Amino acid sequence: MDAIIEIAIAKYNYWMYISLMMIGLYAIIAKNNFVKKIIGMNILQTAIILFYISISAKRGATIPIIRHAEGHGHEAVNAMEYMNPLPHVLMLTAIVVAVATLGVALALTVRLYARFETLEEDEINDQIREAQ
Amino acid sequence: MHEIYSIRPFLAVIASLAVTPILLSARSPNVREGWTFAAGALKLGIVVSMLPAVLGGSVFSFRLAEILPGIHLAFRVDAMGLLFALVASTLWIVTSAYSIGYMRGLNEHSQSRYYCFFAVALSATIGAAFAANLVTLYMFYEILSFATYPLVTHHQDEEAKISGRKYLFFIVGGSVALVLPAMIICYIKAETLDFAPQGFLSGHVGPGLTTVLLLLFVFGMAKAALMPMHAWLPAAMVAPTPVSALLHAVAVVKVGAFSVARILTGVFGVDLLAEYGLGTLLAVLASITMLTASFIALSQDGLKRRLAFSTIAQLSYILLGVALLTPKGITGGLVHIAMHAFGKITLFFCAGAIFVATGIKNISEMKGLGRRMPITMGAFFVASLSVIGLPPGGGFISKWFLVLGALEAHELVFLVVLLISSFLNAAYFLPIAYNAFFAKPENADMDAGFQEAPAWCVAPLVATTLASLWLFFNPWPFLDLARLAVAQVTGG
Amino acid sequence: MSNYPAFLIIAPLFAACLTATAGWIRRSLSFPLAVSGLTVSFLSSLGIAARVLASGKFQYSMGGWAPPLGIVLELDYLNTPFLVVVSGAALVSLIATRQFVEKEQEAKAPAFYALMVLAVTGMLGMVATGDAFNLYVLLEISSITGYALVASGDRLAPLASLRYLLLGTIGASFYLLGVGLLYMLTGTLNMADLSRLLPPLYGSNAVLAAFLLILCGIWLKAALFPLHAWLPGAYSHSSHASACLLAPLMTKVMIYVMLRVMLSVFTPAYIFDHLSLEGFVVTLASVAVAAGSVMALAQRNLRRMAVYIVIAEVGYMVGGAWLGNQTGITGAVLHALNDVLMTLCLFLAIAAVAGRTETLDFKDLNGLFGKMPFTMGALVLGAMSIIGVPPACGFFSKWFLLQGAIEAGRFDFMAALLFSSLINVVLFFRVFEYALYSDGHMHKQEEHGQTGIQEAPLSLVISLWVAVAGILAVGFCSGPIVRMFIQPALL
Repeated sequence: MDAIIEIAIAKYNYWMYISLMMIGLYAIIAKNNFVKKIIGMNILQTAIILFYISISAKRGATIPIIRHAEGHGHEAVNAMEYMNPLPHVLMLTAIVVAVATLGVALALTVRLYARFETLEEDEINDQIREAQ
Repeated sequence: MHEIYSIRPFLAVIASLAVTPILLSARSPNVREGWTFAAGALKLGIVVSMLPAVLGGSVFSFRLAEILPGIHLAFRVDAMGLLFALVASTLWIVTSAYSIGYMRGLNEHSQSRYYCFFAVALSATIGAAFAANLVTLYMFYEILSFATYPLVTHHQDEEAKISGRKYLFFIVGGSVALVLPAMIICYIKAETLDFAPQGFLSGHVGPGLTTVLLLLFVFGMAKAALMPMHAWLPAAMVAPTPVSALLHAVAVVKVGAFSVARILTGVFGVDLLAEYGLGTLLAVLASITMLTASFIALSQDGLKRRLAFSTIAQLSYILLGVALLTPKGITGGLVHIAMHAFGKITLFFCAGAIFVATGIKNISEMKGLGRRMPITMGAFFVASLSVIGLPPGGGFISKWFLVLGALEAHELVFLVVLLISSFLNAAYFLPIAYNAFFAKPENADMDAGFQEAPAWCVAPLVATTLASLWLFFNPWPFLDLARLAVAQVTGG
Repeated sequence: MSNYPAFLIIAPLFAACLTATAGWIRRSLSFPLAVSGLTVSFLSSLGIAARVLASGKFQYSMGGWAPPLGIVLELDYLNTPFLVVVSGAALVSLIATRQFVEKEQEAKAPAFYALMVLAVTGMLGMVATGDAFNLYVLLEISSITGYALVASGDRLAPLASLRYLLLGTIGASFYLLGVGLLYMLTGTLNMADLSRLLPPLYGSNAVLAAFLLILCGIWLKAALFPLHAWLPGAYSHSSHASACLLAPLMTKVMIYVMLRVMLSVFTPAYIFDHLSLEGFVVTLASVAVAAGSVMALAQRNLRRMAVYIVIAEVGYMVGGAWLGNQTGITGAVLHALNDVLMTLCLFLAIAAVAGRTETLDFKDLNGLFGKMPFTMGALVLGAMSIIGVPPACGFFSKWFLLQGAIEAGRFDFMAALLFSSLINVVLFFRVFEYALYSDGHMHKQEEHGQTGIQEAPLSLVISLWVAVAGILAVGFCSGPIVRMFIQPALL
């Protein structure tokens, strides 16, 4: 029991992102309303972004801006003192991707609403079935 | 064996394919049919031009493209292939002439399409005859299957549709589901697919696998119509008669029989088959088909259906001849490709001529027909003799060799089968001719006087009849080619 | 010239921007710009192929940063043929579908062209890149443009597109998560670097999790049954222009990504020796092939039938790749290349037919052979390739797949392939029957020849025959393609 609790506490960042991911997946799959599905999708993406950010974190390290600007001092750069900047950069791209996806999704939702006057999936399915 | 690298085999294949755009776009029927003849003459010319060298023991070969690593789309003209190509290209010209009479006589629709696919089918036939390896053979076999589908369903009615489905089911189903895996297994085991004169599988496969492969091939090549894969052939008789004549008595079914013969000799090899006793297995299968089909033919009233079952039986003669695995037997089988072709095409021509002139399709209505159509029915009688195997028909030669082959193999059972089958042949063919000339006509039309089919129909069938007779007296070059082929495949 | 790889990606990227902006000035400018962008791509891909053939694989560092720090394009034997086929097929499909775009999109046509070119940019980038994260970004570029392209179509297109978007995002997120795990383990995103650093970690569960996540993500995007739910709607409700571009390319590019991940990030040694998943995956692929074929059989509409054929074909390639022998992977690679051409031909023919008939339901296809002989002729040849009749290219890849299946002793996969071939015969000949027979009546002499030929626009018919020529050319050259590209790629 202790061991489990220890793991849960030591790796809490993973538990967080896994929980968020599952919430997102659940919403995409189980929710009936397309806006809710899209929110779920966004939560899923955010979960992964959090995961990336959390793996770059380091206890006692600082933001990855080299402390001594050019021409000031000659001490070697100690990578241990900085957080890993790469995941942050990657996630900037991922955020852009997520925003773009969200934009397209919302645009589609607007089109969908214009055609069916509802965003409930079952109601849309009913309408399609009736049309056939 | 002297090998000549030449583009001629490829040209022979492509000759009829090349004219298809002209056939499709030709504005007048005369132009279209003129081109058909031109292509036919060209094809025959190229095939004949290779005859002297092949008779002299040479082999023509040509490689077109590498289609799989180490396997080329390649042609190889040896005696066996040339024999078949010669038959097919000669009869194409005759059939084209007959088609003109038949199609115009009946005022058929979509004639351009008809001539076009006929040309494609012939290309594929020659391609199969000249194929140097299994993949090339398979390719032309498949092209032939699909090129003949529009011909079989030419009438575009419900019956044609159902027959077309049956046709595809057996032919394509067999080749895809049975031949293709068998071919791949051969490739995995032997790492080659090039036909070798005495087979390439020897030493690579055990008896069990050899048996399985053999069965996959002989049943998969459904064009050879070995029972129970024969059902497409009677169904395909809905096609216009020239199609039945050339394709379902000569090109398509003979491609099946030829492919099986080629595979038995070039893939398995006579020695391997003899070692595992598989010749007997195949001979038994062929005998069963032969007898069953003959019995069914007896009960058919539709003339074309009777001819179809007769064809099924006769194809098994070819298989039986090769399956005997003796020089005389194989010679008989190969010569039978030619002899049966000339005989059976005449019979189909007659069936078509009768239909064009009188609209009669059933044998029971043909009593007294000889008075109206003496030339046609006379030709029918002579061709029947050839197919039965009686002199002075060319068929006698091949049957003679088959009988000798059975004796040579000391398989008296098959001798008996051959004799029974010949008797059955006589039983279902001779009454037709007899009734046509000697029976009392049942309806008065028959006394209407001389009323033959158009000259374009009659001339070809007279030509093939005479050819059948001539082959009895002088079976050159078919017998020579067959003997040469046998010498190559048996290593003797 | 050494900058071909840059042109490959940058030319269409710029062309996309210019296409969209030029549309504001004059609408007629945008189409030539889009075409020129893809033409440059196609020519560059030929240049790359020539260079790879002459001097072997090479890397191109974007912006001059050396790997593993910089982003590289890896041009090797595996992806060169894909680049040629993808850029060529995209170009053909762009030219072929012009009428549809101009007619359906009107003022929005420039934007639509830009989307098409951008989607192709993403796909070419995915094929060329040597960086796992870069691949994700390019995947999303082509996906997001793909969602937009799919959304323009009939009444149900936005719904299909939204479903595609939701599932596609799940797939891409899974891929991204897997890559994140790999980055955590190795600290690199470069594929070559990953394959160098991973082997000591092969026992780790995290590597397994990363592999499975990446694989699931790819399969979702590639529409492997049962993860195919988005595909039928997306490709059957979208406009023909989108379907002609996306259906031939998207799933095949994802198959390429799967092969790349299996061969260049992980190794066959890991996949087939450490994991024993191949039994399961090949079974899944066999089921996919059979299920795709059966679902296609159940359709009564030409386009919906084609869509399920695409699903069955995905099963072919996944199965081949997972057979675990070189023959099988050769078959998968060759089939992916062939399938681009076959699907292109099929969808172009469908687009051509759609322009001349009321609907694509089978019953409306009557008499089509007389009305559109050239289109139907091309469809017949395309169908022959899908059925697997030599010398069309489909036969040769099927040959390798079957050979691989027999060598691996996977007779279930072999049976599925043969079953699917036979079903394809039924599928296409059913269509041909409808097209050959008029209204079930006997085809009378008097009505024949008077229906008149009503062919599709010339550019579409020519493009269609270019695709057919490609099918035959690749078929006749299968031997050299396998010997010069695929076999060296698998060494």
